Amino acid sequence: MQGLSGLLLVLFVWAHMFFESSILLGKDAMLWVTHMFEGVHVFGEPYPQLVSAAALVVFLLLALHAGLALRRLPARAREYRAIHTHLRSIHHADTTVWYVQVVTGFALFFLASAHLIQVMLQPDAIGPYASSDRIWSGRFWILYALLLITVHVHAGAGFYRLVMKWGPLTAANAAALRRRTRTLAIFIVGFFLLLGGASLATYMKIGYEHRALVGERYVPGSHADLNGGE
Amino acid sequence: MKPTPMQTIPLKQSRTLRIEILRHNPADPDSHPHLQVFEIEEAETMTLFIALTEIRQTQDASLQFDFVCRAGICGSCGMLINGRPGLACRTLTRELPDTIRLAPLPGFELIGDLSVNTGKWMRGMSERLETWVHRENIEAIDIDAVEQRMAPELAEQLYELERCIECGCCIAACGTAQMHEDFVGAAGLNQIARFRLDPRDTRSDADYYELVGDESGVFGCMTLLGCEDYCPKNLPLAVQLAFLRRKMARQGL
Ligand code: HEM
Ligand code: FES
Repeated sequence: MQGLSGLLLVLFVWAHMFFESSILLGKDAMLWVTHMFEGVHVFGEPYPQLVSAAALVVFLLLALHAGLALRRLPARAREYRAIHTHLRSIHHADTTVWYVQVVTGFALFFLASAHLIQVMLQPDAIGPYASSDRIWSGRFWILYALLLITVHVHAGAGFYRLVMKWGPLTAANAAALRRRTRTLAIFIVGFFLLLGGASLATYMKIGYEHRALVGERYVPGSHADLNGGE
Repeated sequence: MKPTPMQTIPLKQSRTLRIEILRHNPADPDSHPHLQVFEIEEAETMTLFIALTEIRQTQDASLQFDFVCRAGICGSCGMLINGRPGLACRTLTRELPDTIRLAPLPGFELIGDLSVNTGKWMRGMSERLETWVHRENIEAIDIDAVEQRMAPELAEQLYELERCIECGCCIAACGTAQMHEDFVGAAGLNQIARFRLDPRDTRSDADYYELVGDESGVFGCMTLLGCEDYCPKNLPLAVQLAFLRRKMARQGL
């Protein structure tokens, strides 16, 4: 269950990265994606409730995952001491990666919840300007920068662990599979950090340029006078 | 004749090893855990077993540590070598730095200094997981008859898993086992994999699920892979765990 909830979250987060980074293709592209999630392409008009519902599902998944993870963690002082003594003594790469996963998981409990709750409560406040204004003028970039790093480190480590747990290991391929999965995980994490970092920088730039017109919504093709406020 | 420079230079500089040993005797109420430092001259092809024996013979006769086979077969000499589990009799000092810190394997009852009661742990595990051949109708077996044949590949596979010497390194290397005392660890799960393969054992997956289908068994494993990385016998533990996990998950559904 831990693994399954983790897997679904990983798939969600990775897919999310591609939607979110649509801003790199321009404001119109991002608006199109926003409309897709609001059902505009199906119903002809926006239903932001759909976004809230999706955020709720992810939030429940997150809560389930966190609840299950809790059972794995050191609960008593003796266990806590034992795992720390062990970590300090053995300096073993995979055990250390697990510890990083525990720490990032703990941080995610707050960071991801904050993000999801915001989306749930303000599902209509997503869009090329609305998001950028929140990120720059609303200072959400701090949350997103932290979330970006922790979620991808956590997901990458989780991906590696899931493959080693449930993957097609055989006596002949185990060592090679492990090596390749590790390399692949590092590559994937690096890729998403770059993609997410570039997207975040783009939102920040748009938000900065739009700082005098906070609240104004993006209308395709209108190209509101970006420098109007200066 | 004056010696030439070449004759005065030793062929190989031998090192003085600084061996720090975590000492404690739980049977003595006045004893408290402390590090004691010993210095010895390194010899060619010296193992930690040889070094410890020399220390006990020439410096401190009270030093406790276990050895039987000195060849990596009996599993008595597992200890933490610079923080990592390994067999002292199979560890060459030349592969280690000048300072070597030795400590007893964690997770087992301490007998004294470097000696721990792995036997007690292994016995408990063995009784709990019933690591012996279970056979229905055992009275009906004709012991005079020729034993049933086994395919060489299967015998080979069984032998591979049977190589476990129960040294306890996988338990000391496992963060999960260090945290959760009732976790049976790779040593236990490897035994289940071994009897599961054995055609003479008539237990079914449902029976094995009863034994290891929970958090103290195969589902407690967090895949930290310390067991795989520190098994001195290089048993294929990651593979066996993944295999058993799949079988038990299917059984649980
Ligand atoms: C509330 C936030 C979260 C917390 C507290 C949390 C905590 C944890 C912990 C402690 C583990 C290690 C447990 C173990 O190895 O058995 C873990 C594993 C994992 N997490 Fe999270 N996590 C959170 C969010 C996420 C998110 C957002 C994702 C997806 C990107 C994710 C994906 C995974 C995966 C794939 C694993 C490996 C599962 C396994 O080993 O079976 N987690 N999580
Ligand atoms: S003394 Fe037997 S394994 Fe080292």
